[in-house]
Amino acid sequence: MKNFSLMRIGIWVYLALFFSYLLGPLVIMSVTAFNSPGFPRAAPWECLTFEWFSALFQDERILNGIKNSILVGAGTVTLSVAMGLAGALMLTQIWPKLRATYYTIIIAPILIPGVVIGISTLVFWDRVNRLFGLEADSFLSNGLFLTVIGQSTFIASYCMLVLVARLQRYDNGLTEAALDLGATHAQAFRKVLLPFMRPAIASAAVLAFLASFENYNTTTFTFGEYPTLTIELAQKVRYGITPAISALAFIIVVLTVFAALANEAGIRRKELVAAARKSATVEELESGKLRLPGFLSSNAAAVILVVVAMMTIAVVGTAAVYSPQQCIADVREQKRLETDLKVQELLQRRAEQAARRDAEQAEQSGQEPTTEDTTPKASNNSGFGNVFDPGALQDDGTDDPEEEPATPGNNSGFGNVFDPNALQSD
Amino acid sequence: MSAGVGVNLEDLWIRFGDFVAVREANVHINGGDFFSFLGPSGCGKTTILRAVSGFLEPSQGNVLIGGNNMKGIGPNKRPTALIFQNLALFPLMKVWENITFSMEIKGASTKQRRKRADELLDMIALTGQGEKLPAELSGGQKQRVAIARALCAEPDVLLLDEPLSALDLKLRQHMRSELREIQKRVGITFIYITHDQGEALTMSDNIAVMRDGVIDQIGDGKSIYNDPNTAFAASFVGENNVFRGTVKQVIGNEVMIRTNRSGDLMARISTANQGKLKQGDEAMLFIRPEAFALAPAGTQGDHFVTAQVTKEEFEGSAFNIFMEGEGGKEIKVALPNVGQSFESHMGEAMTLEYQVKNAVALPAGVLATE
Repeated sequence: MKNFSLMRIGIWVYLALFFSYLLGPLVIMSVTAFNSPGFPRAAPWECLTFEWFSALFQDERILNGIKNSILVGAGTVTLSVAMGLAGALMLTQIWPKLRATYYTIIIAPILIPGVVIGISTLVFWDRVNRLFGLEADSFLSNGLFLTVIGQSTFIASYCMLVLVARLQRYDNGLTEAALDLGATHAQAFRKVLLPFMRPAIASAAVLAFLASFENYNTTTFTFGEYPTLTIELAQKVRYGITPAISALAFIIVVLTVFAALANEAGIRRKELVAAARKSATVEELESGKLRLPGFLSSNAAAVILVVVAMMTIAVVGTAAVYSPQQCIADVREQKRLETDLKVQELLQRRAEQAARRDAEQAEQSGQEPTTEDTTPKASNNSGFGNVFDPGALQDDGTDDPEEEPATPGNNSGFGNVFDPNALQSD
Repeated sequence: MSAGVGVNLEDLWIRFGDFVAVREANVHINGGDFFSFLGPSGCGKTTILRAVSGFLEPSQGNVLIGGNNMKGIGPNKRPTALIFQNLALFPLMKVWENITFSMEIKGASTKQRRKRADELLDMIALTGQGEKLPAELSGGQKQRVAIARALCAEPDVLLLDEPLSALDLKLRQHMRSELREIQKRVGITFIYITHDQGEALTMSDNIAVMRDGVIDQIGDGKSIYNDPNTAFAASFVGENNVFRGTVKQVIGNEVMIRTNRSGDLMARISTANQGKLKQGDEAMLFIRPEAFALAPAGTQGDHFVTAQVTKEEFEGSAFNIFMEGEGGKEIKVALPNVGQSFESHMGEAMTLEYQVKNAVALPAGVLATE
């Protein structure tokens, strides 16, 4: 009994650890999207702000990246689902002895590193381009075209795997039945096989879009004039990042949660409807007056979906009227005061040190005049010629604390570029 | 619906690589007939059906429907409709959409389709069930929807591939009469595939008995049951006691067979084999369990076998008595249960009398292993 409860606690602890490992980074990143400091960080919390969202939507490069990603995604979805479906159908039709070989070949692009696919796409289409004697800016060397082709190379294989799983449950007799009833092959495909495959096609399309959206290592070779979002982000990170990226990530997380909840709610709803239909009488079905369960009844996912939607509306509403200027000003003021205080302390300490040195010098004066200029050096044990001395900068500048407020408080390690006061200081 | 389009198979051969699935099939099916192909699984009967429906091109020979050669004509252009073994109802379509699929293909309006669906639903006694999905129907209902779907295409020939095999006994018996009923009402040719001789006998106008791709016999139920052409047909259709032996003497259409273990027995030669059995030929003699009459041991009838009762079984409509003759020869006797109390003869030796007209002599051949 005791062991059992211990085990249960253990399982809960494990689950907590697992999910914090899994979702912790997302939560922290989401928090940084609402914190006012210029570098994404969750602590210390300064001010609630939505400015990073507006910053995001004013960033031309990111917007352009999103646009390109969506274009590439749409192209990749179309191409990969079509190729995946064709590949899956082929797998069921092919001569059984060749099936294993065919499968291996068609799965291979998943196993090939994306970098290799990227390079080979670039090289191959460049060759084709020259073969046709086209210019460097022709359609065949267009970044969108190359990226869609490159990504589809391996995403089509993913799609095929998803589609094959469903296709294996397809009874070929259904196609035969359709043919027997007078349908042409095209009609049988469109009216019988395709509706059957629809859920798998939807899954494959979502999978293909996500794989395309997040792809970097193939795209990096092929994007040309059309940098996708991942490319833009990667380029941005090189020059330092702002919480605007957290804001983008937060939006993506929220959209994902929305989609997952909507999907879950939809599935549950379908089950409930099926159950209601099953127990319905013929008259109810005939008259079309079958009372179907409400959308929210016994559907936890739907309830959560509605709650999340309302929360989102509330947050957006707040963001529209909320202004963090006062808070930011307060924080700035507070920071300035803190800095002043620190500077004062430092000056005081320096004054004390100077006093002590003066006293020491007074003691030594007259006895060993040659040591006079070596004594200050004795305190420098850094070996870097004193450049890291906290007082080094003030030595030759003015002592005005308003002019150099940030230096003592700079703990960011980024050479002060993220300090909110950095721009004002000069 | 044109009543009575006949189907002819002319010298039909179907091969899969080296394997011959159908061998020299020559069948004439009258228009409006309920025709069954009867045989064990793997005998090629479904292959024939697929050749008629157009899913399979015969390796040799012709399929004629209503006198027209069907060579090179696809299943969607043939005047046939097939009811699949697993029915193959479209799972994502409602019942009425399933039934009127053939109309949708031709571009009929929803209103026309609804109207036709209602008519057919009335005919198969599923009025008002059109809005359901196939998964929401019972086995027998699905069966009837599949029939309605096939009939909606207004075929000249309806092909049924063991459609009742998935149903339980009660429903199967019910569906038998229902199928027959429907066939009589619409008056089109039915070609029915089954391994169940009960189904074939009860429903069919004519039956073809098949074995290993070869058609052994074509005839109506009575002639196949009472006057089989081959040892296979005799043993496959209904139960039969078989006595192996050699022909001792041929007397007109009757024959005296020296059986291996049960002495000399008289039998009549089946119609198709008259004149073919000669003295000294290997032969088989078939007597149905219900053709025996039990008499106390020592009774000297005209034609009889003696055996000892080893097991008695009550089946409802009949008492099955299992006996052991000389040399361990197993004989089954069925006595109809006509109300009188059954007297057990367990372990007793008895005389089994039969009449020559009920004993059939055939050339030795392969027996059905069932």
